[in-house]
Amino acid sequence: MLTFTIRRLIFAVPTLLFTALIIFLLLELAPGDPMSNVPLTVPDEVKQQMRLALGLGEPMHIRFFKWIVQFFWIEPLNLFDQMFGTTFAEGKLRVISWQSRSPVIDIIAERMPQTLWVVGTAYVVAIAIAIPVGIYSAYRQYSFFDQAGTFITMVGYSVPPFFSGVLVIVVFAVNLGWFPSIYDTTHKVVDWDSFVVQLQQMIMPVMVLALQITSQISRFMRASMLDNLGQDYVRTARAKGMEERTVVMVHVLRNSMIPVVTVIALGIPAIFGGAIITEQVFKVNGIGQLLITAIQANDLPMVQTLTFIFAVLIVLFNLLADVLYGILDPRIRYD
Amino acid sequence: MIKTALLGAAASVACVSMAFADGHIGERGRDGNLSLIYWQAPSILSPFLSAGTKDVEAASLMLEPLARYDETGKMVPWLAADIPTVENGGVSEDLMTITWKIKPGLVWSDGTAFTAQDVKFTAAYCMNPDGGCAHGTKFEGVRSVEAPDDLTVVVTFDGPKPFPYGPFVGVESPILQAAQFAECMGAAAATCTEQNFNPIGTGPFTVTEFRTNDVITLAANENYREAGKPAFATVTFKGGGDAAAAGRAVMETGEFDYGWNLQLAPEVIAGMQAGGLGTPVAGFGPLVERLMLNQTDPDPALGDRRSTTDTPHPFLRDPAVYKALSMAIDRPLLVEIGYGQAGRVTCNWIAAPAAVNSTTFSCDTQDLEGAKAMLEAAGYVDTDGDGVRETPAGQPMEILYQTSTNAVRQDFQALIKEWWEDIGLSVELRNISSSVFFGGDAGSPDTLQKFYADVHMYANTFNGTDPQTYLGNGLCDKAPRPETQWQGENMSRFCMAEYDALHAQLQTTAGAEARAAIARALNDMYVGNGGMIPLVHRGRLSAHANTLGGVKLNVWDSEIWNIADWYRIGE
Repeated sequence: MLTFTIRRLIFAVPTLLFTALIIFLLLELAPGDPMSNVPLTVPDEVKQQMRLALGLGEPMHIRFFKWIVQFFWIEPLNLFDQMFGTTFAEGKLRVISWQSRSPVIDIIAERMPQTLWVVGTAYVVAIAIAIPVGIYSAYRQYSFFDQAGTFITMVGYSVPPFFSGVLVIVVFAVNLGWFPSIYDTTHKVVDWDSFVVQLQQMIMPVMVLALQITSQISRFMRASMLDNLGQDYVRTARAKGMEERTVVMVHVLRNSMIPVVTVIALGIPAIFGGAIITEQVFKVNGIGQLLITAIQANDLPMVQTLTFIFAVLIVLFNLLADVLYGILDPRIRYD
Repeated sequence: MIKTALLGAAASVACVSMAFADGHIGERGRDGNLSLIYWQAPSILSPFLSAGTKDVEAASLMLEPLARYDETGKMVPWLAADIPTVENGGVSEDLMTITWKIKPGLVWSDGTAFTAQDVKFTAAYCMNPDGGCAHGTKFEGVRSVEAPDDLTVVVTFDGPKPFPYGPFVGVESPILQAAQFAECMGAAAATCTEQNFNPIGTGPFTVTEFRTNDVITLAANENYREAGKPAFATVTFKGGGDAAAAGRAVMETGEFDYGWNLQLAPEVIAGMQAGGLGTPVAGFGPLVERLMLNQTDPDPALGDRRSTTDTPHPFLRDPAVYKALSMAIDRPLLVEIGYGQAGRVTCNWIAAPAAVNSTTFSCDTQDLEGAKAMLEAAGYVDTDGDGVRETPAGQPMEILYQTSTNAVRQDFQALIKEWWEDIGLSVELRNISSSVFFGGDAGSPDTLQKFYADVHMYANTFNGTDPQTYLGNGLCDKAPRPETQWQGENMSRFCMAEYDALHAQLQTTAGAEARAAIARALNDMYVGNGGMIPLVHRGRLSAHANTLGGVKLNVWDSEIWNIADWYRIGE
């Protein structure tokens, strides 16, 4: 297991570097220009000077190399400085966003709590709903509960968040007036009242996201349970006289959870990626909204850094999912 | 004696009751929080490093210029004591220098004194070639900026400037604090994140917290020069989402007090207004949606030299053709479908201010038969019976009509294609993502400047009220071409010696009326000779809550230019 992990980690390095190169080339070669949002009243010579001020005058490979150095050396050095109060990274140029001229990592760190609060909560809520639903749907296959569950998960999976989100806003915020339609990112929770306010503004985005995620996980749970409920050991357990509850919740569930846990682990990088559409619809202004606005503004450093961070997270969590699978299921050994 | 005392008492009672009725008088910060929503979130609070309207307007809460334009387009002194003119001696007789006198007693929000040194510093900051200052054109032609004493600024130009109100006038040219930005000159401008996110200004508010592309929280400036203002103690300036969500938040749910730039269909706005919590307000600046006609040939067979003045366009230069194309368009219908109360029919390149709006042309009735007759008479007939006319030389009249991806623009394209095909042309439609179309990337074939098409549709405008620089977009040497790396503002490659000569004359003409007359003549020359087909004079539409008073929509400067005067309408 350990050699497997180390080997995967070593392979991850060239994979990630290659990914970074692909991302960079895609962004470079795609049409679009950071000056496109600048109004036409600004003449072309001024726009050209602005491009040069952003560092666009240098050739591609120089810029890519600079980004690599900034991301892998200067940013960690900066983090080290912040944690230990040293000045190693003093005066060195960090990765700067073209839209706001401020360091990309600072903006990401500022935004991360919003995304983790909303999308993370949605993920936890979704898991909490999906697992019982999946278990019961499999246990009582083809019952009314199962058919209803199938229908709702199909709807939840197919309806896009920009539709369900706006629908929910129109119904609950505009017509009923129960919840705010615009998320206040500056709200601080200090007492019970402010906690209630935070809950109120979180309910709609969390429910919209949870509907999507629940659909996927509950189907997976149901399929896995169905696989295991038909196994011989279940028949043996029942013949032994074990309670139905023990059979399902202790034996079958544990075996069924193995693939589900790995699916959940694979879905965690998506939390950090933010729910791009849902964040835009509810103005949660987290990482997803940051990525989409950066893409629209052709803010290359921001897009590159963000997508590279997602790539790192995906590689790491893939590895984690594989290792977890091996830990949970003693029959699986990689070496 | 008693009579005057009684009169005085009566007058003061009347004044006070008027004031209370208006809500104008009161102590600073009495009305709590004001919330604004800009669906394009501000990214940076420096108008010099970003030319985006959202950033420039957000910064205008803190940073102020010496003079600015009010809602009628008139120039008013802001930080300056008055507007310098030749008559009052502020502008020299030879039109080469202008002297600004600053109001005495001004302080920055951190308590330090505002002096002419700050003004001089701002000029140096923006004129620095490595800084990439977005509003460098405001300082075009400036030879030097001097501060002989703390309250006087002298700007010297390198030639006579009949309109010297470029530097330090308007929302694009506010004053920075020299002490705060001292380390930020030239290439270092981009590294000054703290300064760019938290500029110290003389405006009614100061930044408490700035989260880029998200939200700005502001507090009233304790050192603001007018007592009792601003009425609001704090401001929440939220960004993000889309125009529909912003409109909803102001007019239907009442979560926000002011929503900026609601580019929505007229029925949508009307529906939201029915919510009863907010009111839309529209204002008309010089923004004109137009069809640019390519005066050169975009034929791909010409290779590198397509869309250059080497080869003229086969038919778009013929007056019969461009007049017929214009006649075939039903502009009132376009306005009704696209913009509603935020649009008006126009036949001019320069549609505002009123003084420079020419009355030569009339174009609000569609005349398809007249257009067909005009084309027939000029020799454009359909010789081979395929429904498409050919030029006298035998080339079919095929048009590639491009614009950016935008629902209203695609509606316009569909309608105009129908009308032009009715009069016998063949029209191909294309739409291109805005970030590419307006991006100006010399490597892309789909930009405005390359104009690898016959007709382009988009909107353009100019800042302030003087159209001289904007009219310069029609000069022969401003045509984008390979020699200039495809940079240039004369998209239609319009070239007329008389136009260039008249524009040169404008540059040396003083006096508002004389300048307006030349501007109208230039407009007529350009539109009359097929430079463009103007379509819609587009206004700006924003919405505010019914409980918010004092809003005067200003399309010539920052929309929130008078936010210090806003107040909550109380019971």
